[in-house]
Amino acid sequence: VKIRRVLIANRGEIAVRIIRTCRRLNVETVLAVSEVDRDTLPARLADRTVCIGPARPIDSYLRIDTVVQAALGVGAQAIHPGYGFLSERAALAQLCEHHGVTFIGPTAPQLALVGDKLAAREAAEATGIAVVPGGLVASVAEAQALARRIGLPILIKAVGGGGGRGLKLVQTAAGLAAALELAAAEAGAAFGDSRLYLERFVARGRHVEVQVLGDGTGAVVHMGERDCSVQRRYQKILEETPAPQLDAYLRQRLHQAAVHLAASINYRGAGTVEFLVDMERGEFYFLEMNARIQVEHPVSEMVTGIDLVAEQFAVAQGEGLRLAQEQIQPRGCALECRINAEDPARDFQPSPGTVTHVAWPAGEGIRVDTHVETGSKVPPFYDSLLAKIIVGGPDRPTVLSTMRAALARTELAGVATNIALHARILEDPRFVHGGVDTGFLAGVLEHAHTNPKVTHG
Amino acid sequence: VTLTARDVAEITRLLEDSQFAELHLEHEGLKLTLRRSGAPPAAATHAAPVAESAPQAAASERRTGATALAQSGAWHEVSAPLLGTFYRAPKPGAEPYVETGSAVQEDTIIGIIEVMKLMNTVRAGVAGTVVEILVSDGALVEYGQALLRVSPGAP
Repeated sequence: VKIRRVLIANRGEIAVRIIRTCRRLNVETVLAVSEVDRDTLPARLADRTVCIGPARPIDSYLRIDTVVQAALGVGAQAIHPGYGFLSERAALAQLCEHHGVTFIGPTAPQLALVGDKLAAREAAEATGIAVVPGGLVASVAEAQALARRIGLPILIKAVGGGGGRGLKLVQTAAGLAAALELAAAEAGAAFGDSRLYLERFVARGRHVEVQVLGDGTGAVVHMGERDCSVQRRYQKILEETPAPQLDAYLRQRLHQAAVHLAASINYRGAGTVEFLVDMERGEFYFLEMNARIQVEHPVSEMVTGIDLVAEQFAVAQGEGLRLAQEQIQPRGCALECRINAEDPARDFQPSPGTVTHVAWPAGEGIRVDTHVETGSKVPPFYDSLLAKIIVGGPDRPTVLSTMRAALARTELAGVATNIALHARILEDPRFVHGGVDTGFLAGVLEHAHTNPKVTHG
Repeated sequence: VTLTARDVAEITRLLEDSQFAELHLEHEGLKLTLRRSGAPPAAATHAAPVAESAPQAAASERRTGATALAQSGAWHEVSAPLLGTFYRAPKPGAEPYVETGSAVQEDTIIGIIEVMKLMNTVRAGVAGTVVEILVSDGALVEYGQALLRVSPGAP
């Protein structure tokens, strides 16, 4: 079905991002907004808005029935869910299918499969991809037995979890029972699924993920990898491609593993296969698959020249893959800094408020994906992402220096941001060398309690 | 510049001494609505009696200001509590729940909003007379969209 009108069930920068591609493709956009998002940049850019409920996500952006009703009511042929919110909910894909609305994303069974972290692990193992040693535990006794077998420290993960939520690190056998109890309660409350599994904690690991695109019948291409090792409490804040200082053969195996996994489940649409690269063993393990467009997708677009959102539309309306693997030739490097409204002086607590002044950088090789302008409000109900500054260039030193200059030129007042933290990361010799592990940023924060340059309005 | 408790007391006295039932004041972003007790109420959560002590009055009047914003002139607008398809009658061909001129109580059903085959009744929320129906049968209504106008008070 040719998509002429799409309902965008999201907000913020990704809504702006999707609208931009829709304009190019001549697709009419209807933006679903909550009450507090009526007067935002994406609301003004969309051809039409439709108010789906009050500010709280549970009353608006997370309401599956309302979103589908809105699509039907405005005559949209498709729903683009963006990332977060309902993007990976099998129930939405199912309800769309039932009502003849195209869900721009994987099928409901695929979402159910990769959303169940254990089922996804099994699917990966079935295609010969290594997973971190571990498994499901139903009781404290089972957990203790498994912990003895795989060794401490271990990570407790929620089967229904993702995005770093519901994770607990356990260092000693004595701390296991209490951590399990807490994790089960949290997972039950957050995901409606209190099942837990354990994994060996890889101390020196890198987070490297592969962007894939599948046509839904088994044809899959990849668009290279992204290194997202710079994380704070499992939240990515800076991503780059290609992964620096990575063995060429390992890189090739990562790409192949991602393509095999996606092909084995006839994956449809854009997705990301995340791996943990064990730096000491030179091995890699499957972590999880994200069945959506990701926050950090622009770095892959920068080096490949592909518009991933446009490809999502193409697959959704049955055009299949428009590029063969040989035609996808990444060039140069790209880096993304996530600019969040959070206060480094208060342990990176979200910093809602009104942006009283903003000037984003521009220039050769710089792309800014944002919904924030002077006067924009940062409501307390949603995530704190203000913008993504993406820089592309022929090589990594050029990209780093362009990004440093871009950050220095960024002016933002009214809410606290993490801009100074990015500047510090970009100066760190370990980061400049490349190939840091996921523990890198915690170390930077621990050893540098210098006065953070916070901009207040 | 903000209004002090004393200012509000002063303004309240002005209203008391006047022949008007209601006073609206907008000053540098602050909206103040005072209504004489006995004047037709705007909605269920309506004005505190003007006899209240000044600081309390200031607080409750600000609330009234917010309620007043939901009104268009003297009418109370009944808005959609959720997005969906609005139906004026319990089933196709049946008599509409209300017509222009119908008297409604707070709990009178004025229509149905369907979301994915789930029917949600919408109540007037105010007693009065329906003066205008703003949405046609079967139309998509957004959250917060005005459905009809009610002239508050006894018919």
